[in-house]
Amino acid sequence: MLRATVTVTLKNEVSDPQGHAVRDTLDNLHPGFAQRVRVGKILHIDLKESDREKARAELDKICREVLSNPVIEEYAFEIEEVTS
Amino acid sequence: MGRGVFPEDLCVFAPLRFKPLFLKTTERTAMVEALKNDPAMTPELIAEHGITPAEYDKILQILGREPTFTELGIFSVMWSEHCSYKNSKKYLKKLPTRGPRVLQGPGENAGIVDIGEGLAVAFKIESHNHPSYVEPYQGAATGIGGILRDIFTMGARPIALVDPLRFGDPRSPKNRHIIGGVVKGIADYGNCVGVPTVGGETHFSRAYNGNPLINVMCIGLMKHSEITRACASRTGDLVFYFGNSTGRDGVHGATFASQEMSEQTQAKRSAVQVGDPFMGKKILEATLDLIQAGAVEGMQDMGAAGLTCCSCEMAGKGDAGVVIDLDKVPQRAADLHPYEMMLSESQERMLAVCRPEKLDEVKRLLAHWDLEAHVLGQVTDDGMMRVRFAGKEVAAIPAELISTESPEYDREYVRSSYLDSIEMFDEETHPAPKDLKKTLLDLLATPELGDKRWIYEQYDHMVQLNTVLIPGESSGVLRIKDTDLHIAIASDCNGLMCWLDPRMGARMAVAESARNLACSGARPLAITNCLNFGNPMKPEIFYQFKEAVEGMGEACAALDTPVTGGNVSFYNENQGEAVWPTPVIGMIGLVERPEHIATVGFKDEGDVVLLVGGPAQHLGGSQLYALLQDKWLGPCPTLDLEFEKRLIEFVLDAIRAGLVKSAQDISEGGLAVALAECCLKSPNGLGAEIDLAMEMKTDAAGTEGSRKRRESAARLDIELFSEAPSRVVLTLAPDRVSELEALAAKAGIPIRRIGRIRPVSKRALSIASVGEIEVSDLRRAFQSGRP
Amino acid sequence: MKAGVVVFPGSNCDQDCFHVLRNVAKVETEYLWHRDATIPSDVGLVCLPGGFTYGDYLRVGAMAHVSPIVRAVKEFAARGGFVIGVCNGFQILTESGLLPGALMHNDCLKFLCKTVPLKVERHAAPWTDFEGEVLRVPIAHGQGNYYIDPDGLERLQDNGQILFRYSDPDGDVSKETNPNGSVDNIAGITNEKGNVLGMMPHPERCSESELGNTDGLRIWESVLGHCR
Repeated sequence: MLRATVTVTLKNEVSDPQGHAVRDTLDNLHPGFAQRVRVGKILHIDLKESDREKARAELDKICREVLSNPVIEEYAFEIEEVTS
Repeated sequence: MGRGVFPEDLCVFAPLRFKPLFLKTTERTAMVEALKNDPAMTPELIAEHGITPAEYDKILQILGREPTFTELGIFSVMWSEHCSYKNSKKYLKKLPTRGPRVLQGPGENAGIVDIGEGLAVAFKIESHNHPSYVEPYQGAATGIGGILRDIFTMGARPIALVDPLRFGDPRSPKNRHIIGGVVKGIADYGNCVGVPTVGGETHFSRAYNGNPLINVMCIGLMKHSEITRACASRTGDLVFYFGNSTGRDGVHGATFASQEMSEQTQAKRSAVQVGDPFMGKKILEATLDLIQAGAVEGMQDMGAAGLTCCSCEMAGKGDAGVVIDLDKVPQRAADLHPYEMMLSESQERMLAVCRPEKLDEVKRLLAHWDLEAHVLGQVTDDGMMRVRFAGKEVAAIPAELISTESPEYDREYVRSSYLDSIEMFDEETHPAPKDLKKTLLDLLATPELGDKRWIYEQYDHMVQLNTVLIPGESSGVLRIKDTDLHIAIASDCNGLMCWLDPRMGARMAVAESARNLACSGARPLAITNCLNFGNPMKPEIFYQFKEAVEGMGEACAALDTPVTGGNVSFYNENQGEAVWPTPVIGMIGLVERPEHIATVGFKDEGDVVLLVGGPAQHLGGSQLYALLQDKWLGPCPTLDLEFEKRLIEFVLDAIRAGLVKSAQDISEGGLAVALAECCLKSPNGLGAEIDLAMEMKTDAAGTEGSRKRRESAARLDIELFSEAPSRVVLTLAPDRVSELEALAAKAGIPIRRIGRIRPVSKRALSIASVGEIEVSDLRRAFQSGRP
Repeated sequence: MKAGVVVFPGSNCDQDCFHVLRNVAKVETEYLWHRDATIPSDVGLVCLPGGFTYGDYLRVGAMAHVSPIVRAVKEFAARGGFVIGVCNGFQILTESGLLPGALMHNDCLKFLCKTVPLKVERHAAPWTDFEGEVLRVPIAHGQGNYYIDPDGLERLQDNGQILFRYSDPDGDVSKETNPNGSVDNIAGITNEKGNVLGMMPHPERCSESELGNTDGLRIWESVLGHCR
């Protein structure tokens, strides 16, 4: 079975209040460790489609249409074979 | 603050719709094999289930044989304190539960009272103390989910939430983590479902370290014709399931709630359920659709103890029985044992009963909300609760006997020994603080008495467009659209007073709720309660419980506010130390006309400030000592219930006569804090000039006349900071004072003019012999109290 | 002329908007279901209410914008129909591209429910055809932090698309009066044509004297006046 792993993150130029908050926490716990933190999300999607190329094309469209918001976010994905 | 900064929506992505995972044939065979290997009934296994040897003998009697593993699980849940009230029943039975407005008393998902015009209000309070300690965010969120379901299951649309919360010392990072998580959990669930949180209380004390009390109350509105009850029993009726699928989460949550907190329970994280407010909202709408269409006969939510509690309660009356097939239960894990399915506390699941010919309509109504009806079985007439799995009967229990034969204990009690070692207030040994002005500002700057806006601004308190009085007033007040009626809700309990004197403290909790409602212009109607106590097996703890329940009953009888239901939460202990006995009261009241609604804030320059009610007594139980000196100083002040009743009637009469411009109850922090709040909540930030030593006279025209020194005035710090009950501050226009005085004389209520509201040009509270404080300084202190 | 209130699974201000439109603004109002593919021809105003559509689980407004009704709303707007999105409705409008920009987590990272002053930046048809510099309107959101890139902001400003900004009671706009971190204190914007309005504050929550504030009613009455 194919499994897609989609990563959605805020664009570099968009301010990330969640990232700031996490960095502040890290600064308290481990001073001097983190320079910048960006928070994003990961989606694991188990696919019905078995053709990797078809899956790639369709997923790209889906990412633009609904899984990310192009105004503020960018995405990346990988598709890999897994055993269910 | 852990959860506070890591956004939950990144951690949990709830699928849009769960596909039921049915067992594959091979797995099913494996499970049937596994059933043969169910653990044997050893004394250890029985003890692990919290079942005593005597209770186990009773199970043997009921069944006439040894229980299966699944049956043992069912009994352990049904006979836990949470479901059976086995330790508390004896005393709960004595509470007054009847009244002309009570349509449904204890025993259903929620109590119901009539409010006139064919309308009724359902309301209930629940605790989620232990889950919220283990996982604050999800614990609180699922608490909200559960209390909402209790209300809409009865056919009522939830119109308000109220949250009485008690946390440990906010200076500890651990407690701050809990506070942040709980508030966010309540907010995220309630806000998403669209039910406004209109009030509550938040208290902080080291007495709640390691065991916060997270109580949640919900109020729903319905027509009399929409009242739906859990039980329905016509042979052949179908039992169906809808909502989220069943997983392993929360297995044994109900028994978990009946154990003390220890290092081990910390590790029992699997018992924490995860809330899905979107599904909660959909099943809310779908349930109300089903009820309004008359498509269902009975309805139950699978809350604590899940499918077990639900099916037992659906049968269990008369000859009715039920047979359910667990293979039909939508599952989100592929290898659930029947034991786990019966005990799962996965959230947002409903069980309902319909006539077979209504099934198509049920399916259509559910499909509108993208929900599916899963028929699990049907109602039978052999009085048995039968559970099937993979073609095999895994439980067969006489349904009625589970509840009628449930244990009832007469727990031993003995007067708690700490009561004899409490330090008592004494004027000689406890001199007045030197700087009373600073004392007032210091009190306002504590998290306990400070501004709670940082909490209630995180709650949507306006959705549904009914909120007339927002949080921060004496009580939450909601309009009922298309009528003149308004519902008011208050919740109160002073844990310290209950610790000093459980009986008097419980009376005070009822009286304070009623007084708060009266100060908003509402006539108290009925209460629900959440009884938070330590381990009832300890005679000294059980003494607190017995005293408090009896005191509550006395107050409810005296104030005509019957008990319509509630919740008992025992084992609130941390490393052997019990929390303060905390019988939280949730009271609802009715305002018949919008012009009768009264608010706390000072209104107009020149209005007269009156102190109404009983004497200040002493400083026992005061926050002055608890907060500023960390001393839990006795004694608890006394409360005269007959006087309280008259006072409440008097305040209501005065408000209805149009005399009152503002009304404020005196409670925590005493008169001084009450007056400060009147300034802080004044729409124009008005201050007042107060003189407690003088008797002021005004003539009929309202101009100030003579002043004379009061005789037998109490010590000023006692006057200002005493938390004696049955006292309120009223303000009114000078030309109405004589009317109020006449009313007070008739009612036998002492009233005293203590001052006047000052002009806008002089926004300050001045108290003779204390000094003058700018309202802006009061505000600065009040807002600095955020932990 | 009728008003239509769109209901998605998870909408929670749908009944509030319906109530205000029908019982207070006195316009015939009907619900439009998220699966509906068309807007009835007699509907002149479409309202996308607040709430948590589809739980807002993926991203606020993300799953709602791919529903059939939103396609229909786009066609309706293209024909010049009036569309107002409040709170979650605003988020759906930006997700669907009917309005520029996006809405992110409040910079305080907390949900905020309180009444705030709003400076009315333009007094013009159809939404703000009334007098009055400052309105008091409740907000109730966790993700109302409006984001747009600098070029986009300039276009909004040049076209006069910014209708409401968070201000103090006297109409002064500053960093201190910004509750959620929105770019330029933006609380509400229109599209270029001006027939689509998105705003985070809830005008339906301040449209009745019984609730102590009627500032929001002016927005409803303004647009309904231009519909009729």
